[in-house]
Amino acid sequence: MTKSRSPDRSAPEPAVGTETHAVVEIRVQNDILLARQASRKAAAALGFGTVDQTRLATIVSELTRNALTYAGGGACRVLTRLTAQERCIVIEVEDQGPGIADVTGALTRGYSTGGGLGLGLAAVHKLMDDMTIETRPGRTLVRTGMTRRR
Amino acid sequence: MRVPILRLGRVLLTSLPADLTDQQVMDLQIDALALIQAGKADGLVIDITAADVVDSYMARILSETAKMVTIMGGVAVLAGMQPAVALTLVEMGRGMIDMETAFDLEGGVAKVARLVASRGGRHDEVPIA
Repeated sequence: MTKSRSPDRSAPEPAVGTETHAVVEIRVQNDILLARQASRKAAAALGFGTVDQTRLATIVSELTRNALTYAGGGACRVLTRLTAQERCIVIEVEDQGPGIADVTGALTRGYSTGGGLGLGLAAVHKLMDDMTIETRPGRTLVRTGMTRRR
Repeated sequence: MRVPILRLGRVLLTSLPADLTDQQVMDLQIDALALIQAGKADGLVIDITAADVVDSYMARILSETAKMVTIMGGVAVLAGMQPAVALTLVEMGRGMIDMETAFDLEGGVAKVARLVASRGGRHDEVPIA
C-alpha cells in the first residue's frame, strides 16, 4: 500500500547523496530508543525541523516496537538521500516474524492483535509521506519516507 | 532505572526523562498507583517537558494511568507537553491523550488541587445530618 506524495520512483537516482545513516538492531526495548535517536540525528543533519524530527522519531518508535512485539526483534535502517531539489529520509524496519496477515486491517485505527490500541501503523501512515509494506511469513519490511524541498 | 516520584503535600510529582523505555513507563504507572493507594497523595502530575517523543504506546499508558487514578478517587494531570509532540499526537489521530493537562508543573499542581477540592478529597468529612 502506497500513499503517494513521494517523488517519482521511476526517476533515476543520482549516485551522490544516498547513504545509510544508521542501522540499529532491535533486540531489547532500549534499542527502540537507539533507533529513535539515530533517526532524529539523521533528520537534524539533513536540516529537518523540530516537528519533522519528532514525527520521524515517533514513527521509528512505533515501527521498531511492532518488530519487537510481534517478531521478537528486527533491524531498523535510517537512509538519507539528497538530490538537487529534495532532502529525503527513508526508514526501513525489517523483521523475520510471522508477517502481517491483514495489512489493510493493520492500517486501520483500532485494529490490533497485540493488545495495543492498534494505532501504530495507522500513525506511521499519517505522519509520513509514503509507506510500503512487504510482508509474508518469515519476512516483513516496512519502508516509509519523508521528503522535503531543499 | 525507575523514574523517581516526589511528593509535595498531597500531590505526587514526576518528571519523565527524554528517553523512556516501555518498561519504565509501566513501572511508573505501578509506583504511582501504589503511592496513591497507600494514602500518600490524592493526585499526580506527570511532567513531560523533557520528553521529545510520545508515541501511541506511551500515550496509552499515560491515559490509562490517569483513568486508574481517577477511578481510585484521585486526579492525574499531564504537564509541559512540547508543541512538536502535541502536533504529532494530533496528527496521529483523535484521542491519543485522554487525560487532564496543564501547561507546566505549576499549573499541573494547581489543577490537581482544584479538582481534588471540587470533588471532595480523601479526607472529606462526613456531613453531619
